[in-house]
Amino acid sequence: MNNLKILLNYTPNGKSHTLADYLQRGGYNTLKEYLPRVKPDEIVAEVKTSGIRGRGGAGFPAGLKWSFLAKDTGKPIYLICNADEGEPGTFKDRIIMEENPHLLLEGIIITAYAINATHSYIYIRGEYAFAAQRVQVAIDEAYQAGYLGKKLPGTEYETNITIHRGAGAYVVGDETGLMNSIEGKKGFTRIKPPFPAVAGLYGCPTIINNVETLASIPHIVTHGGTKYKALGTQQSSGTKLFSVSGHIRKPGVYEVIMGYPFRDFLNNECGGIIDGRQLKAVIPGGSSTPVLRPEDVTDMTLDYESIEKAGSSLGSGGMIILAEGTCMVKLLEVLIRFYHHESCGQCTPCREGTGWLYKIISRIEAGKGQLDDVDELLRITKFISGYTVCPLGDAACGPINSFVEKFRDEFIEHIEKQSCPFGGKFIPFQEIVN
Amino acid sequence: MEFTAAEKQAIEKLRTRYPEPRSLVLPLLWMIQKREGYIPEEAVSLIAEELQIPPIWVEEPRTWYSMFNTQKKGKYIIEVCQNATCSVLGSEEIIDHICERLQIKVGETTADGMFTLQVAECLGSCGTGPVMQIDDICYDLLTPEKVDQILDDLRHGKVHEQQPLSFPEYQ
Repeated sequence: MNNLKILLNYTPNGKSHTLADYLQRGGYNTLKEYLPRVKPDEIVAEVKTSGIRGRGGAGFPAGLKWSFLAKDTGKPIYLICNADEGEPGTFKDRIIMEENPHLLLEGIIITAYAINATHSYIYIRGEYAFAAQRVQVAIDEAYQAGYLGKKLPGTEYETNITIHRGAGAYVVGDETGLMNSIEGKKGFTRIKPPFPAVAGLYGCPTIINNVETLASIPHIVTHGGTKYKALGTQQSSGTKLFSVSGHIRKPGVYEVIMGYPFRDFLNNECGGIIDGRQLKAVIPGGSSTPVLRPEDVTDMTLDYESIEKAGSSLGSGGMIILAEGTCMVKLLEVLIRFYHHESCGQCTPCREGTGWLYKIISRIEAGKGQLDDVDELLRITKFISGYTVCPLGDAACGPINSFVEKFRDEFIEHIEKQSCPFGGKFIPFQEIVN
Repeated sequence: MEFTAAEKQAIEKLRTRYPEPRSLVLPLLWMIQKREGYIPEEAVSLIAEELQIPPIWVEEPRTWYSMFNTQKKGKYIIEVCQNATCSVLGSEEIIDHICERLQIKVGETTADGMFTLQVAECLGSCGTGPVMQIDDICYDLLTPEKVDQILDDLRHGKVHEQQPLSFPEYQ
């Protein structure tokens, strides 16, 4: 059974983004009915009980993060919604912002109340023009209806939300890069500690959560943390959005209860692989998560623990499915080119290392590889992982290490044949589906 | 170079949303780019003056963020995603097709100043790839024919509206 819709709780009628539609679905009831009856601390406790883990990629328990918030500093407190969604393969926050923005706003307002935030920012990546448009309209509607800029019913609390637009930088998806960007700086990341909950935006206590995490809050406080914890598995409670793409019949954004078997997901929701082809590889949660082979995912279920046991990570839920005939060396070249391009530049191991890795992999794909290139790739990642200010360097190493480990024979074949066995191209997808 | 009256009004509103004026750097860089198509050097001192901050604090973001154009480009800047899923779904062919149609290489502008072709990283629409973005409009499920139609429309001054995401079902 996988029908519970907490985040995609709307009918795709072309109006789900409007306030009228949201109210009809019971929207903003939590603000009106629940908030006047509870203290902020009780909301934090409820979210902690729910066990919800950060839905952006790191999977850190949200309630725990909120409890780290430094109190009585005399400084303002900030809430930031991370809508930078840049992890390749990930397009699920976009759906919430474009089709259900009021759910996100209600989640932000409840959270702001819970942590006594002075102001809330939604950082939307520069490329998401339509999503930003829809969210801005929703914010204007919320101001008009009195949910923003006015005291919330039964409380002395009022809050404001501002959209801050990014300008093209994957690295600002990292919370510290994001804060620097809101402060008007380049999106260089910061070393932690201090953690944002202690000293974040403008040096003040700050909570940063992903779109999907915040959009889950109204349901958690309405139905209680215990009920949410009961959904899913031991270490992965609730529902998760998976944005699936690649060589599948039905790409899209799907909401599943944690623990749903991957095989069922692939064959039912995703419609199986195009053209009746065989599965070759799965990238479960965004390009930074290690790649898996079919034998790794036989019994895998969609939750943090099972995917970790399989050798990868749930990450953002940006799943990419690849069929037989895909050149994994060429795909790795595409990925490392991305990380090299997006490296902010402040750490030598990442800045130079990603460039070096890109040169070697390009050479292998072009048929000019040398036999010790493969182990050289693994040697280089050892000098990057763990030696950088932020996880972008580690993220780049994820695919390098896993592609080489799982598909070493393909790398060797490229080198021994001094050419790409797949003719330097991916399978002709457009030809197959048209 | 000056801010228009409307822009000045918008700036005053923005000031109330942030405790520090430096936070207005990105919004103001966007403001200039929306108006001029790029952010010329003279905008740096304009913004620095307006916010009362050192010019280097404006110059750094202007040159660091990839969506900010530091030079004038074509009327329409075509950004084709070259990342993971899009490349697997055929973005290379789309890029090659555009190069051939417009007779330019990636990074170049057509002689008539109409189109600049660039490559982009993940635009967040992998389920409907290959994908390209021109200004605020995201065009997806691209085929060479669809690309030709879009470029033709733009040449004739047609304005497109963003279509909400709609996922395909393949065989």
